[in-house]
Amino acid sequence: MENNVVLEARSICKSFHDPVRIDVLKDVSFKLSRGEYASIIGRSGSGKSTLLYILSTMDTDYTGELFLDNVSIRSKSEKQLAAIRNEKIGFVFQFHYLLNEFTALKNVMLPGFKLNKLSEAELEHNAYEFLKDLGIEKLAHKMAYQLSGGEKQRVAIARAMINDPLIIMCDEPTGNLDSKNADIVFNIFKELTETFNKTLLVVTHDLDFAEKTERIIELDDGRIVGD
Amino acid sequence: MKVKHITEIAGALMLARWKQTLVAAIGVTFSIAFFISLLGFMEGLNELLDGMVLNRTPHVRLYNDILPSKLQPIDLSKEYKNHHNFISSVKPTNTRKEIYNAQQIINKLNKDERVLGVAPKITAQVFYNLGNIDLNGIINGVDTEQEEKLFSFSDYVIGGNYKELKIIPNSIILGKGAAEIMMAKIGDIITVTSTEGEQFSLKVIGFFQSGIAEIDKVQSYANLSTTQKILGESSNYISDIQIKLKDIDQAPALAREYGNFFKIDAEDIQTANAQFETGSSVRSIISYAVGITLLIVSGFGIYNILNMLIYEKMDTIAILKATGFAGADVKKIFLTISMSIGIAGALAGLLFGFLLSLVIDAIPFHTTSLPTVTTYPINYGIQYYSIAAIFALATTYLAGWLPARKASKVDPVLIIRGK
Repeated sequence: MENNVVLEARSICKSFHDPVRIDVLKDVSFKLSRGEYASIIGRSGSGKSTLLYILSTMDTDYTGELFLDNVSIRSKSEKQLAAIRNEKIGFVFQFHYLLNEFTALKNVMLPGFKLNKLSEAELEHNAYEFLKDLGIEKLAHKMAYQLSGGEKQRVAIARAMINDPLIIMCDEPTGNLDSKNADIVFNIFKELTETFNKTLLVVTHDLDFAEKTERIIELDDGRIVGD
Repeated sequence: MKVKHITEIAGALMLARWKQTLVAAIGVTFSIAFFISLLGFMEGLNELLDGMVLNRTPHVRLYNDILPSKLQPIDLSKEYKNHHNFISSVKPTNTRKEIYNAQQIINKLNKDERVLGVAPKITAQVFYNLGNIDLNGIINGVDTEQEEKLFSFSDYVIGGNYKELKIIPNSIILGKGAAEIMMAKIGDIITVTSTEGEQFSLKVIGFFQSGIAEIDKVQSYANLSTTQKILGESSNYISDIQIKLKDIDQAPALAREYGNFFKIDAEDIQTANAQFETGSSVRSIISYAVGITLLIVSGFGIYNILNMLIYEKMDTIAILKATGFAGADVKKIFLTISMSIGIAGALAGLLFGFLLSLVIDAIPFHTTSLPTVTTYPINYGIQYYSIAAIFALATTYLAGWLPARKASKVDPVLIIRGK
């Protein structure tokens, strides 16, 4: 069972020092296993976004231990962290954050360029397949800024999938979407866990959304108060 | 990360801001074009001005200087050997201006590997007779063939054929100024009086224009034998030996060597014309300074535009980093942008610089002092093109490096949270 743990946080603490010391996260520990569909909820300011950025390896200013795929990410260089993010973590953000200079297809392919494991043709094929799974293959050659919010979010999900990551992290993925699109996104995530056996960690304050997930981690004032 | 994909991302970012990118590239193009044409023009002018004097100046000149004897009678006295002496108002000895064994010296010099050519010369003080008026004049006796070969004599002879000087006996090429005063035309006979008082009739076969009016009023040219006749000297009388060397930089050393070897006074071109070297180098320094300033200014242009681009594309940088692009990759992307601007601008600049040089080269430029020059002088030296290209690439790299480093340090968390 131990090998199934994808992500493990051990007593993570973080505090801001400006202007006065504020403890944002206090002794946060939990484990996430393969195929789990978990959500982190909490009120605004409870530290849930901060936790996500630490878990995503982008924020390295914390104390405690973080294991990704049973490997500690402490003492990894900026370059190694970037490589870990590229290979093992997929991201979906609240604001869709596509690169407006590229087509939807190119946006999906970008992390693949960095990973540089597949040829461009294979990558393009994979990207197209993901877009097809998400029902937006018709938009593949449209520029990113021409897409609607829901469409952008689906492109972002396809981008998160392109390098076949261990875990997909989402920051308020439905925050900017209407309920119809939010349902679509939820169902896509559910399918990802069930069909592709992906691990999903979603930060949200949308309780309806969270209640539908398998596991809810509740943060309050920097501590886990419910799991 | 393949280079192809870095350039693809860089290209897309540039395309998104193509107007600013174009402006930055045009800045580089302008500065390079002006750098090249400015330096080419300046160097062309330098060569022209230096050529006015230096081309006509021998690299080493052998002559007998009129100087007081270095050994005064008292120095020979045994009695006062250990005493100091002061002699006031020392007069030069009655030295002859003639060079002893001139022909042997010329033969010896002609065999020297380092010597390009040797031309003998005599100067004769005369009066041009103009009715009752006598004008001061100097007749240079020259060997026309050597003079043409070493000092481009024909460039300064206007009207007439300089070769006739050797063919027609008692012929003269009059200085332009002197000819105007005398109202002499080609074919006229003029009279000159030597310092000994003898009169000679000489046929005018051409005019000489050096570009320096004071010289043209006084100096004329005649054949060696004609001048010897005016001076009343024998045919082996030579007062000056002009030497042109293969390497002008050897002149001071060789002047010393010849001076000691032939026991004669020798003057090198560097000593005789020190001011021209200084003038040329100062002009070059000024034009380099202006040109390099232009390039640095264009570097600031690139710096500004890249900085702006980075602020505008913070989201893009953040997302690239979040999806696994390392700081180094982001840096490469922005350096690629900067270097593409630099290379494209530099190539266009080299072309425009060359075209601008061609344009300047075609502008008519007539000056009485330089009869052979009809357009502005331009130097097309490859060194200006390479300096401009290298310097442009260096400035664009530096101008790109600072913003690129900034971009590579963007913290994606700050940007993504900040929304």
